[in-house]
Amino acid sequence: MAFWIASSPHNHNHTKTPNLMRLVIYATLPGVLAQWYFFGWGNLIHIGLAMTTAIICEFTVLSLRKKPISHELFDGSAFLTALLIGICLPALAPWWVTVIGTMFAIVIGKQLYGGLGHNPFNPAMAGYVMLLVSFPLQMTLWQPPLTLVAVDLNFTNTLTTILTGFTAEGYSVEQVRTSIDGITMATPLDTLKTNTGLGLTVLESIKSPVFGENLALGWEWVNAGFLLGGLFLIARKAIAWQTPISFLLSLFICSFIGYSISPDSSASTMFHWFSGATMLGAFFILTDPVTGATSNKGRIVVGLLAGLLVYLIRTAGGYPDGVAFAVLLCNMSAPLIDQYTRPRTYGHQKGDK
Amino acid sequence: MSNEIAPQNSTEADITIDTVEQEDSAALKAQLKAEYKELAIQGLWKNNPGLVQLLGLCPLLAVTSTVTNALGLGLATMLVLICSNVTVSAIRHWVPKEIRIPIFVLIIAAFVTCVQLLMNAFTYGIYQSLGIFLPLIVTNCAIIGRAEAYASKNPIKQSAFDGLMMGLGFAIILILLGVIREILGQGTLFDGANLLLGDWASVLRIEVMQLDSQFLLAILPPGAFIAMGILIALKNAIDSYIKSKEVIDTEQVIERVRVNFDS
Repeated sequence: MAFWIASSPHNHNHTKTPNLMRLVIYATLPGVLAQWYFFGWGNLIHIGLAMTTAIICEFTVLSLRKKPISHELFDGSAFLTALLIGICLPALAPWWVTVIGTMFAIVIGKQLYGGLGHNPFNPAMAGYVMLLVSFPLQMTLWQPPLTLVAVDLNFTNTLTTILTGFTAEGYSVEQVRTSIDGITMATPLDTLKTNTGLGLTVLESIKSPVFGENLALGWEWVNAGFLLGGLFLIARKAIAWQTPISFLLSLFICSFIGYSISPDSSASTMFHWFSGATMLGAFFILTDPVTGATSNKGRIVVGLLAGLLVYLIRTAGGYPDGVAFAVLLCNMSAPLIDQYTRPRTYGHQKGDK
Repeated sequence: MSNEIAPQNSTEADITIDTVEQEDSAALKAQLKAEYKELAIQGLWKNNPGLVQLLGLCPLLAVTSTVTNALGLGLATMLVLICSNVTVSAIRHWVPKEIRIPIFVLIIAAFVTCVQLLMNAFTYGIYQSLGIFLPLIVTNCAIIGRAEAYASKNPIKQSAFDGLMMGLGFAIILILLGVIREILGQGTLFDGANLLLGDWASVLRIEVMQLDSQFLLAILPPGAFIAMGILIALKNAIDSYIKSKEVIDTEQVIERVRVNFDS
């Protein structure tokens, strides 16, 4: 008989995929609740739609691929993808946007590449970017915070708006999004981009009601919720701290440099942190164990790169927010970054192959 | 350069056909028939320029956003392929081997110019919507590939048939992609067919489904890549299905004893 010789690692933590996915789903709760409190039922309805679609798509593809269905269907990854898509979408977007986006994310973004663990791109972000490219009009149907909306957006109204484009009382999406003085309200990032293009200074644009008292009405609390959930994940060691920290740091440095050079045309550092999808991207999307870098040094590099890209797309790009694009670009470069940041094997000299 | 997947077994068949005796003529005819059948299978399925050789991807992906465009480019490519194959085959005995490629390119370029001028004259709308991809047929590797691999070694009739089948295979893939992308992107079929076929063809336009807004992904190049990938996957799946039906398991299982840590 021979001794069983196993290679490292020798101590395992017995976390299974469903447990990890469930933990991440729970961690999004503070952010989702904040979203519900400030923006109403829209995103919850989209999350429900996305999850239903995801489960149907996953079931269909798994049975076509003759895979163990019960094992892979409930590993939670499809639910997490659907959840992220539902969170990202504009609250008043029509229902078919969610369905098409989720179908693309699950079928093409994940399963066609070979399922969980083989996908080069984060499926949720691939689906989101596909929607952003394909339906530019529908993907800008952002809803202003409930306090600014004249129409009472209760559950029924939101549901009929998503399904038919009109509230139960017959207001169209455009009317819902229009403020009392007849101007269509966009997200803070969008407003800032448009106004800067019009030649207004940042100080002038943040007088707009969508910015609220502090940074970005509603959005700051949503981001704070995701920050809280992310810190919980780091504390539970579900995600590595390197990626979010370096991402936030990089975004901070970039926006600080921009703000120092021309404070009139650049938003403050904290505005970049607490508006748009910054915190969701930092803690829930960039940290995807499949598509991100694997070494610690690599994670830091990916975070830095993503922060730079988000800042560049927000300030110089055509889209108001750039987290999704930055994530996809980082996913693409992750294998290369991994190649150059391979950790030294124990007992080997540096540079020794 | 040469991708000699096509059969080469019947060189000089038409020259010798008159001189051989009566009994041999029947055998030769059967051989020719088999050759034509093989050419058709190769062009349409086994060695399809679009699906298997993946030649001429640039026009294949760029202009297939509607069926009309795809049909226009498919027909143009087919015409050029047949004409160039015939010409290359006709002059194959007098072309020095060292400079054959420039000569082939010149021949192809001449035919592309003819086709381009013809389309400019008679189907101006489609000429405009195809744009640069019409003159770019010159650089379509499928055409020079067939000239080099088949037409330069085989008699005129077979070469013409090879050109027809390869062109048809290419055109079918173009049209399939066009159908997929047009239905997904705009919800229509044969939109703008009157540009290619004349005014009567405007009745061909079919509204497959009413879309509130265009599905831009299907119209933009990424949609072409995805649709192309799915078509290739489908072809491979059909092939492996046929193969799995054909194979009769006669192999004997050889037992091997492995020695490792477990044992």
